[in-house]
Formats: sequence, structure tokens, C-alpha cells
Amino acid sequence: MSRRQRWSGREARVDGAARTPGELAGARPGPAFEITVDGRALPALPGQTVAAALWAAGILAWRTTRAGGKPRGVFCGIGQCFDCLVTVNGVANRRACLVGVRPGDAIGTQEGEGRGELAV
Amino acid sequence: MTSTPDVIVVGAGIVGAACAHYAARAGLKVTVLDRGPVAGGTTGSGEGNLLVSDKAPGPELELALQSAELWRELAEQLPRGVEYEPKGGLVVASDEAALTALRTFAAAQEKAGVTVREVPADRLPHLEPHLAPGLAGGVHYPQDAQVMPALAAARLLRASGAELRPGQEVTGLLTGPGGAVRGVRTASGVLHAPYVVNAAGTWGGELARLAGVLLPVLPRRGFVLVTEPLPRVVRHKVYAADYVADVASDSAALQTSPVVEGTPAGPVLIGASRERVGFDRTLSVPALRRLAAGATALFPVLAGVRVIRTYAGFRPYLPDHLPAIGADPRVPGLLHACGHEGAGIGLAPVTGRIIAECLVGGQPPLDISPFDPARFEAGGGA
Amino acid sequence: MVTESYDLVVVGAGPAGLAGAGAAGQLGLRVALLDMAERIGGQFYRQPAAALGATRPQALHHDWDAFVALRGRLAAGRVEHLGRHHVWAVERDGDGGRGGPGERPGGRRGDGEWVVHAVVGEDGGEGGEGGGEGRRAVRVRARAVLLATGAYERQLPFPGWTLPGVVGAGGAQAMLKGGLVRPGKRVVVAGSGPLLLAVASSLASAGVEVPAVIEASGYLGYARHPRALAANPRKLAEGLTHGAALLRHRIPLRTRSAVTEAYGSERVEAVTVSRLDARWRPVPGSGRRIACDALAVGHGLVPGIELATTLGCATRSTADNTLALRLSSTQETSVRGIWAAGEVGGVAGAQLACAEGELAALAIAARLTKPGPYAGPDPRRPSGLDPGRPARVGQLLSRRARLRAFAEAMAAAHAPGPGWTDWLSDDTEVCRCEEVTAGRIRAAVTDEGARDARTVKLFTRAGMGWCQGRMCGAAVSCLAGDGQPPAQRRPLAVPVTLGALAAEGPGCGQEPSRSQT
Repeated sequence: MSRRQRWSGREARVDGAARTPGELAGARPGPAFEITVDGRALPALPGQTVAAALWAAGILAWRTTRAGGKPRGVFCGIGQCFDCLVTVNGVANRRACLVGVRPGDAIGTQEGEGRGELAV
Repeated sequence: MTSTPDVIVVGAGIVGAACAHYAARAGLKVTVLDRGPVAGGTTGSGEGNLLVSDKAPGPELELALQSAELWRELAEQLPRGVEYEPKGGLVVASDEAALTALRTFAAAQEKAGVTVREVPADRLPHLEPHLAPGLAGGVHYPQDAQVMPALAAARLLRASGAELRPGQEVTGLLTGPGGAVRGVRTASGVLHAPYVVNAAGTWGGELARLAGVLLPVLPRRGFVLVTEPLPRVVRHKVYAADYVADVASDSAALQTSPVVEGTPAGPVLIGASRERVGFDRTLSVPALRRLAAGATALFPVLAGVRVIRTYAGFRPYLPDHLPAIGADPRVPGLLHACGHEGAGIGLAPVTGRIIAECLVGGQPPLDISPFDPARFEAGGGA
Repeated sequence: MVTESYDLVVVGAGPAGLAGAGAAGQLGLRVALLDMAERIGGQFYRQPAAALGATRPQALHHDWDAFVALRGRLAAGRVEHLGRHHVWAVERDGDGGRGGPGERPGGRRGDGEWVVHAVVGEDGGEGGEGGGEGRRAVRVRARAVLLATGAYERQLPFPGWTLPGVVGAGGAQAMLKGGLVRPGKRVVVAGSGPLLLAVASSLASAGVEVPAVIEASGYLGYARHPRALAANPRKLAEGLTHGAALLRHRIPLRTRSAVTEAYGSERVEAVTVSRLDARWRPVPGSGRRIACDALAVGHGLVPGIELATTLGCATRSTADNTLALRLSSTQETSVRGIWAAGEVGGVAGAQLACAEGELAALAIAARLTKPGPYAGPDPRRPSGLDPGRPARVGQLLSRRARLRAFAEAMAAAHAPGPGWTDWLSDDTEVCRCEEVTAGRIRAAVTDEGARDARTVKLFTRAGMGWCQGRMCGAAVSCLAGDGQPPAQRRPLAVPVTLGALAAEGPGCGQEPSRSQT
């Protein structure tokens, strides 16, 4: 437990009364680790989902649609809408709101159906 | 109600749409009724297989060959968007025994007019790169094609110019002197016409009963699996032909596995199972398992692909597995166009042409006696 | 495949499932509790992941004490919690799927067993070469099944709703409770229903600036049901708590208004809020822009009943035009042996879910431990309930009646008005998965003769994508104009890999895995 840290709260408070969600819940997560998003290194906390780690970094979109190429990310947040599909360590179509991050995970923006390598 | 139509088509599925189309093209004024919406029955559950490859030489293959040509014409005439794809079929054999049987089958088909091209094992990956290794060989059928059935029915109906009345269930047939048909009764009134075409699909037997005649159409359930959207991973309609020898009866038959195919919209379709269980939509996990096992045996890459949907449809079949097409000799003015089992999408255009010729007193494009609607009457017909 | 057998399988570890499993366990039944999440709680009591080390999880929740009590009861009984189990179908055992409800008119075709099919994993199985997880199919056998699968949020599309930063109100709440994260710093909360107040209050206490809560109904609708209100002081207090939180954070509540457009290039930067008339048509010229970097939006909840509809369980239409399960006085569905509790019987909140879960457990225990002819439902004195605990049963029944009445009043007050489709432009995407626009759907209706949602779907692919119409179902039904609540027929309740399906035979597959609560 000694290695657990107090919630750092990456975002500045709006005013004295406002808090971060982590402060509110008295979070003492384990040490942060690194993941990559399209090759860029980002910190993540144990216990976070892929979506939570990306939101914490201010990233809201990590997929482009099949027809329109439009950006998408979390919508329903509970695994029902499949809008947050993302490629994790080369595996496409994982729901970012359900899948936990692990140290060294390579997250990739998913284009279209995410399985271009199968095309014949 | 405007003026009296020349013909009432009961059923707004693909067969009813084709009957309306060819009858209208022959100059007749057509009204199409359906108790539900367009393509609300078996058509809406179909995969859109336009196959010659799965048919042995005989009357059904003759229908299929003519219909394949008509589909090619229709795809050019209809406005875009019926997803017609002349992709061809590929039937593969897992071992030498199956390949021998498949060759024999294909040779007979070729004599009947089917274009067949044998594909040796080492050429299979050129046609289908993701096929499982170790197959013995296959046969390519370039005439097999695909269409999106619900869109095809809707566009065909629209192009026909027929009057469409969805949500109108036929509750009775009106008859005149000599028992001749004079129209139909629905919940909202009566509609007169000198001819009524039974294109009610799986429910065709019920319509026949309203006319007082026997047409034993029965449902045969099929489940279809629909995968997540994918890029094109399967080019043809692919299925396996497995050789089954029945030693006791000294007969040999081909047994086929589910058809695996890609679609322009993205998902791979896998279908369909065959069960005689009445109109029961209850999910059958064993049926899904067989479909999944068949598909992943052919394309191992699909094992990691997710199925996002499954649904059941009911193929309308008659005891001899041939459709009923043509005038009913028992009831003047009544024609039948139903009981196509799993081939209704493919056989719809030729069925429509035959019906149109019967209506105008023309010559059907082939011998239609095997499809005589009265053939199940006790004593061998009227 | 090794199949574990239980007296009761409970699907869903939210309030209803926890109450049901806990009570059944204490009554001596052997219970398995399956849920897609790693930890118990469902959506209402969604807990932060253990590794986040939240020392004050109650700060994110209303009524955390109730959850602590449920959790304690669960631990005391014979309940096996199977987390990360995504149930895709429930099937009558041994009939190969041929046991349709129509074949059991008397309801006495034996109290057979049920097989619950699930795939195991965080995401129910990933595809591709890297993931063997998806091939982990499990089957769990049970003498009775309690469906407590909860609800998901109803969405009504508007121009710009696919922009990043537009999230479900419930989704924002779930990400906050489970991941301790927020979608932006300045978040408009909009839609309809009491959840909006809870979401705004949670976001505000977590440091988010909420410029406004936009509610499409007028809260005056509740006044039409004075008796339901008066009988539910606790519900009113709950509303007052959220209302007080809004006041404390100086968040204005605008009723009879809706977000009718969201703008932004890469993500949402502003929304237009328009006043609505009584039919929910935007009042021309009333639009006002509010700058924000996220929008949390939702229009009430839709019961998640697909496991039940596949089994042929009867449904009913609710006052806000969703389908819910039709249940007996003892929480049994129309299919004997399948019970249900909580939102699946009509959205009514956590307190009712707990009462119903416990009632169901009492009825199931009575059925399984005292076999005999079923006397049939009697609304005043339901048979089939444990006769040993009349006081408790009476208490639960009166609580259920009172809370159901409140829920009906709430559903009626927040039911979408028919004019909302006026805020859809033809190029608004309605189906997010298949990218089908409102214009395409309108063309299918006007030009191609589609009159119902199923035909629209066949012609346009709206609802055929990954989410299977969960997000667009309400909108497609409205645009199709059939006036029916969206059908909830999804024979596969969740996606399943072909590999997992192919392994569904005897002798294959693996044992279920256990995980922490």
C-alpha cells in the first residue's frame, strides 16, 4: 500500500470548491504506467479502462467510421452502443469502455471495420 | 378503390413482386395485397442466393438456369441498389471421395446446361485466399449470383407500376358461376378481378384452403448468422459438398454445408440450417453451432469474428420439393406461385414470367407440368 | 464442455439481481450470479475498479448504505458470483430449442432445467489472432432463472449528436463512477427524465461546470398523479436532494427545452437549446447557443429484455413507449421458470428493483422447495410466496405497488412528444453504426412504402449494425410512423465469436471462471 499514491488530479481546479472525480472518491491508485496511443506515450492508472485512460488524457475519439470516416469514441459508456471500438495490441473491435489498460498496451485509432489486413 | 384490376397478386414478397412485374409488362393492370409489409415474410429473411450450383439436373435446374438469365436482365433494368452481384459460387470438397462425387454431380449439371469449371486444390487459394488448407479441390459455378432480397422486392414492385396494398389480409376468395374466381375479400372490403395469383409463400397453403383446394405448403425453418462488418474476406458463395454414401439403398447423395458469403454492406452471411419444426422461432443453439462449425471449418479466419445477429426464416416447401407454378385446374382464375423452398429469390423471375404467360394465354418458357398445383390432390390431380 | 448446475441463475448484478441472489442464497438455494462487469453493482451501484483505490466510493453514489447491505447479504448466502460473463442466450435444456412457449399451454411441461449461455472476458471475447478469450464459451445450468438485466439509455438523435464529446447522460455517469473521469470541463446535461438531475449533480460535485440542465418535459406532468407522489416521500426526497445540489452549484434547470443541435469541428464546442411546444416541436426562433466542451444527453431508459423475448416471454408497452416484460404478481414471466425483477419489468429505479428481486427470490424458493401445482396469480394474496414470512412479503408487496405507481407517473411525465422528429435534418445520422441518415429513412417511408421499423431496417440497414438498434431503435420507430415501441428481438443478446459458437457442443469449452466481487 505504501506505493499507492494520492490522486494527482491532472486538471486544474476551476475554483476552490470544485474537485476532481479522484479527489471526490478519495482515490489512492497504484503507480501510473505507460501506454501508447498511435505511438504516442501516455500515462495510465491501474484499474482504468482504455476509455477512461484516454478521457483522462483529454482524448475523446479513437475510431473513424466505415462510410464517412467520422471520428467516434465513448457514447453509451456501458458496453451497449459499440461506438468506442478500438484496436488494442493489434486486436480490432474491442470496446474501450469495457477493456482495462495494462502496462505497455498499444492503443491504435481504428479505421473502419479495423480488419483491413483480412481484405482479399 | 379505383378501377378493377386484371389480376390480384396475394403476397408482396419477391415472387409476388416478380409476378406483378411480368404481368404488368404483359399489359395487365395489377394490384398486390399483403397482410404485412413488402418483404415481410420469407423474402425479408432470405440471404438472396441465386444458385444453380446446388441443383441436380431436372425441372428445378431448368427453372434456375432461365431465372439466372432473367436476374441478369433485371439487374440492368432496375434502378440501382438491389446489390446484385454476379459473384459466382465455389463448391469445395474436403477429400477425394467427396471430390469424385462432386465431379460426377458437376458433369451431369454441365450436360444440363450449367457452366462448371473444376478448380484443382492448388488453385483454390487464388479464388478464395482464406479457405482452409488441405481441401481436395472444388468446382466454380460462374452463374451463381446474389441479390439483396428485400430491396429487390421493393424495387421490382415499384418498377412494375402495380398498385400495392400492404397490411391487407385476404380472408376469403370470391367465386362466381362454375366456381371461377372473381376476386378476394379482405378486412376492409372486397376487390374484384378475374384472376388471383397465390404468391403467399409459406402461407400459400392457407390461401389455397380459402379456395377450397389442397396445396400442402409447409414451413422449413432456417437460421442465418450475420457477422460484424468486415472488408471483403469471401469473394464467392462458398460451401462444402460432402459425399454421403447410403450403402443400404445403394444410392449416393451430396450433403452440403452452410453457404458462406460476403455482402456489399460488410457482414459475412452464413446460412442456412434446415429444420422441419413448424412456425417456431425459438432460438436453436444446436442449429447455430452447426452453422458456425461449418463456416469456421471452411474459413478458419472467421473463428475470431463475432456474430452480431441471427434470425430465423421459414422456407415454404411442398412434399416433392418442387414449387407450385401455374393455373389451378380445380379453380378457374386461380394461379399459384409458391412453395419454392430455399430457392424463391433465385426462381422468382422465371416464376413471374410463367405466371404472366399463363395470364395472357401465351406459351410458358418451359414445360411446367412438374409444377402442376393440383399434383397433390388424392388420385393424382383433377 | 463442463457445465455447472445451480438451483438459480441470476443474470445481472445490479440492485434487482443482488437483492434476488442474496435473498435466494439466504433461503438455502445454490445461486450463480452472472454479470458482464468484473465487480457487482450494475449501473446504479457501479464501483470504481478496485485498483483505483477509492476510499470514498459513497461520494459518487446515492444510497450507498443500501448497496453495502446488499453486498453483505450476498456474502452470507450460497451465491457464486461469476463476473465478466456476457450472457448471450437462455435456452430450455434438452429440447434443442424446440420448446417454444406455445407447446406448453398448461405450463406444466415439467419444471425442467435451463441452460444459460455466456462468453467470458472483459469484452465478451476479442477477435483476431491475439485473443483466445472470445472462444471461452460457458454454459451454466439452473432450475430457475431470474433476469435482472436492467436497462440502457434511450437516445433521440439531433444534428451533431455523433460529434466526439456528445455522450449519453448515463454514459457520463458510468465513466465517472467506474473510471473517475469526465468528458469535459464544461458539460451541458440534456434530454428528459430524473436521471439528468442525478448526472448533473454528480458531475458538478466532481468538479465539472454544468452551465444548464435541459429537460424536454415540464415537471408539472407529475402533478397529474398526486397520490403517487404523496405515497412516495423517499422518492420526493431523492429529487429534492438532486434539486438542492443543482441550487448549490448554481445550475439552472430549463424545462420544455431541448438541445436541437451540437456544433464543433473535432469535438463539440457549443449546443443550441430550443424551447419546445407541448408536442416537443422546437419553437422557431427560440434557439440559444451555449458554449461547452461536452454534452451528456439521454431520454430515459429502455428495459434490456432481449434474453426474455427470445424465450417468448410476453411484453407490455409502458407509459413512455418502451417494451417491458409482463410479469405475474410473483415476478414470474409468462414462461414458467423464468422470473424477472427491476427495470426489465418497467423502469422504476433501484428501490423497486431491490423489492422485486427479493420477492422473486421468495417465490422461486417456494417453487423449488415445495413442488406442487401452481395455484395461479392472485394480486391480493399471491400464492407461491414463502408462507413462513408473511410480514416481509406484505411489506414488499406494498412497497412494490407504491413505487410502481410512482414510476408510471414518472414515465408518463417524461414520455417523448411526437414532434421531436422535427429537429432532425435530413442529413442527421440516425443509425450511428451503419451511418443511415434521417433523409434516407424518410425516403424509405415515403418512396418505398416502408410503414414499420422492420421494413425500414431491411431497406436502409438502420439498426443492423454492431448495437443492433439499441441506440436508434426509438428514432427509427418514430420515423417509420407505426407508433409501436421498438421491438426488442435480438436472439443473440450480445455478439459471440464464431469460434465460441462452434465450440458450443458437448465435450468442448471450458469451465466458468470465478472472480472477485
